[in-house]
Amino acid sequence: MFACIFVPNSPVAAVFRAEPELRARAVAIFEGKPPLEKVFAVNESAERMGITPGMTKAQAELCSEVTLRPRSLLQELSAHAALLDCAQSFSPCVEDAADDTAILDLAGMESLFGSLPEIASSLFRRTADLGLDANVAVASNPDAAVLAARGFSGVTVIPPGKESESLGLLPVEVLFPEKWKNKETERKKKEDEQERESSHLLETLERWGVRDLHALAALPEIALSERLGPEGLRLQQLARGAASRTLVPVEAPAVFEEAVELEYPIVLLEPLAFLLNRLLEQICARLASRALSTQELRLTLELQNLAGADPQLDTFGIPSESDESHSATQSQSPAQHFVSGRQSKFCRTLGLPLPMLDAKLFLKLLQLDLNAHPPGAPIVKIHLAAEPARPRSAQGGLFRPPSPEPEKLELTLARIAGLVGEARVGSLELLDTYRAEGFRMRRFVGTTPETKPQKASTEEKTAIAALRMFRPPLRATVTLENGELVRVVCSKKKEVQGRVLWKVGPWRSSGDWWEREAWARDEWDIALQNADGVALYRLVHDLLGGGWFVEGTYD
Amino acid sequence: MSSAVVSTSAAQGRPFVFDIEDVAEPCPQPSGEELFPEARPPRRVVPGAFKDARLAGVTPASRLAVRPTPEMVSSGIAAVDALTGGLPRGCLTEICGPASSGRTTLLLAALAAATGRGEFCVVVDASDALDPQSVVAAGVELDRLLWVRCGENLPEKRLEQLLRAADLLLESGGFGLIALDLGDLPPQTVRRIPLTTWFRFRRAVEHTPTVLLAVEQQSIAGSCSSLLIKLGPIKLGSRISEQSTDIQFPAPTHAHLLTELEITAELVRSRLDRKPVRSAEITFASKTAWAG
Repeated sequence: MFACIFVPNSPVAAVFRAEPELRARAVAIFEGKPPLEKVFAVNESAERMGITPGMTKAQAELCSEVTLRPRSLLQELSAHAALLDCAQSFSPCVEDAADDTAILDLAGMESLFGSLPEIASSLFRRTADLGLDANVAVASNPDAAVLAARGFSGVTVIPPGKESESLGLLPVEVLFPEKWKNKETERKKKEDEQERESSHLLETLERWGVRDLHALAALPEIALSERLGPEGLRLQQLARGAASRTLVPVEAPAVFEEAVELEYPIVLLEPLAFLLNRLLEQICARLASRALSTQELRLTLELQNLAGADPQLDTFGIPSESDESHSATQSQSPAQHFVSGRQSKFCRTLGLPLPMLDAKLFLKLLQLDLNAHPPGAPIVKIHLAAEPARPRSAQGGLFRPPSPEPEKLELTLARIAGLVGEARVGSLELLDTYRAEGFRMRRFVGTTPETKPQKASTEEKTAIAALRMFRPPLRATVTLENGELVRVVCSKKKEVQGRVLWKVGPWRSSGDWWEREAWARDEWDIALQNADGVALYRLVHDLLGGGWFVEGTYD
Repeated sequence: MSSAVVSTSAAQGRPFVFDIEDVAEPCPQPSGEELFPEARPPRRVVPGAFKDARLAGVTPASRLAVRPTPEMVSSGIAAVDALTGGLPRGCLTEICGPASSGRTTLLLAALAAATGRGEFCVVVDASDALDPQSVVAAGVELDRLLWVRCGENLPEKRLEQLLRAADLLLESGGFGLIALDLGDLPPQTVRRIPLTTWFRFRRAVEHTPTVLLAVEQQSIAGSCSSLLIKLGPIKLGSRISEQSTDIQFPAPTHAHLLTELEITAELVRSRLDRKPVRSAEITFASKTAWAG
């Protein structure tokens, strides 16, 4: 058995998927270069108002109730990819029959998803979840399923042997599907030829009085082949529901991208967040349908007038009151600008430590990131891509120590990074150097490979005296007598001053002499007598710069 | 016949001892009858205990919900564990003391013990004072330690960053130990933290397996902290003292080594037991990482 998912009026469906609030309104889609824009597709409401494809945009604009949208190939591609994702979530054998049609082989699927009507209903629901209004049909051969999906709205299940009966009521127009032209010239030529042939056949059938598939199926085969040739016989086989062929399965590329082109540039982050939310939900639904997660989100914003000619530039990027009160950043790659002509691109990459699939979390992270790194110009196009990854699998345990929930932790880290700065939150990594401050911060990941808890050793462990650093080191005035340290005074920190009670050193070290940042220093550990008592400090003499510094205190 | 001590006597300054069986029920909600108190049936009054009408609603200690004793975890220093029983989970512990008193040593030991147990820890560092070399030397697993470095110049701003970061981390949950390092902030700045903030932190950490640790110069959390450990001024170890005072035969300077520091810890307050803590003091030694 085979199932077919067909999206009627796919350009309009792609717009509805991007803007669900338009479903209740009359919508016309136009394409072409101004001022020669023509209506390309319309929905039923617009059709009832007299808007038809081929009208000029100016004519369509006369009807004030019609909402006009430019054709977006990106949206159509996303809708097509969503259709394939939906089909592939049910069956591994999927044929990409057309931009608006996907055929699935349901052999062996009943044990997984239930009976055929249940599978058809599930497919219908899944396509609706992905924002597409589709027809679903199940039949014993692919072509019968395609015809039923084109002809009957909703869910249709044709039992084996009843194809001719069920399809007979459909008009012959279902044999000649409407093809939405793309802009590529070669494809356009072929499509034009096919369209001419189709219209010629349709005209002939109409002249013969053949209006439905039942009438076509009843025509004598030899006479039909004499008049219409092999194409006529093929159409008759289709009308009888007796055509048989094998599916040509496709491996849908794991590309999860969504885009939206804006009619008017966005200036504030709040409406941008609204659109991002929609794109993220679509991407997450597609990933979920393929049982995948994502570990990297790439946001590309196409900006307008980067040169600063636009007066709106000054106001852009100021977070609204409802936004996060504290601006936040992510530990991500720096923003990248690619200027091309009048427009430029602003790219941000949101790297995640673990595969995740939570649209709300992603939205919050993107919001925090954009708050910290505003694009700086009005946005005319939003493109969002997710790098798919296998969902993380972790075995929980009752006796395992607590660990932060990765999603919550990521959001918390992003918020803290907004408070203290991106480079000031994370885990430590020591560098292979003797230089002071020889460490760097790296991203904190809340999950590490399981390590066996250390058993308490029987022998008593001595605590290690810790140093508290002064960042930056405190400049000090040191009094020497006969080359010996006698007194240290630190003007910046009043408590760090006094007579040197005791000292050890110097410990001399140097390094990086082969680079510009060469360093050489002498270190002392000193005890100072001050008002509170005795305190231990590390005193450093910079041999290259010549200054004395109190670097830290032993605590 | 048994007796109990009611702990609500702070206002009076002395405990009230009374018979459990004779304790009156808690006051009912105000109703129409309250307008005519003489119409109510007379209550049995315990001699010497309920003469004061304000105590009519006192619930006996035996009927109070007994808070379970928190789980104690090792602080990483055996002597401190012996003194306090460890660090309590789900409670606020304060470690206070002047500079060079061993606060950071104790903090790093607790972090090392926690990461050794496989827990994730956070240090919210108001003064950006953590020394990575000391962290490694103390045995802390770096992968399990989140370091938040407050970066403003003004102490007030850093304090604000610390409190907001602490709020976020407590809300996030899942950490075994959250340390708030206020050690280098001036006490007058730290004292500006409202008590309600500490109450909020205490409530946030309650019933969680997190140990909340505050390192500061003076105790500031008041009654919100379950454990208060006060560290005294550092004492140089005996070996160093001998060398430094040996004036007649001074050893070469480079032969001296900061090998041993004596840390004095005093348990000032513990609210973990239902009895006042007896102040106790210990001294333990710490050594530098390079002392071997």
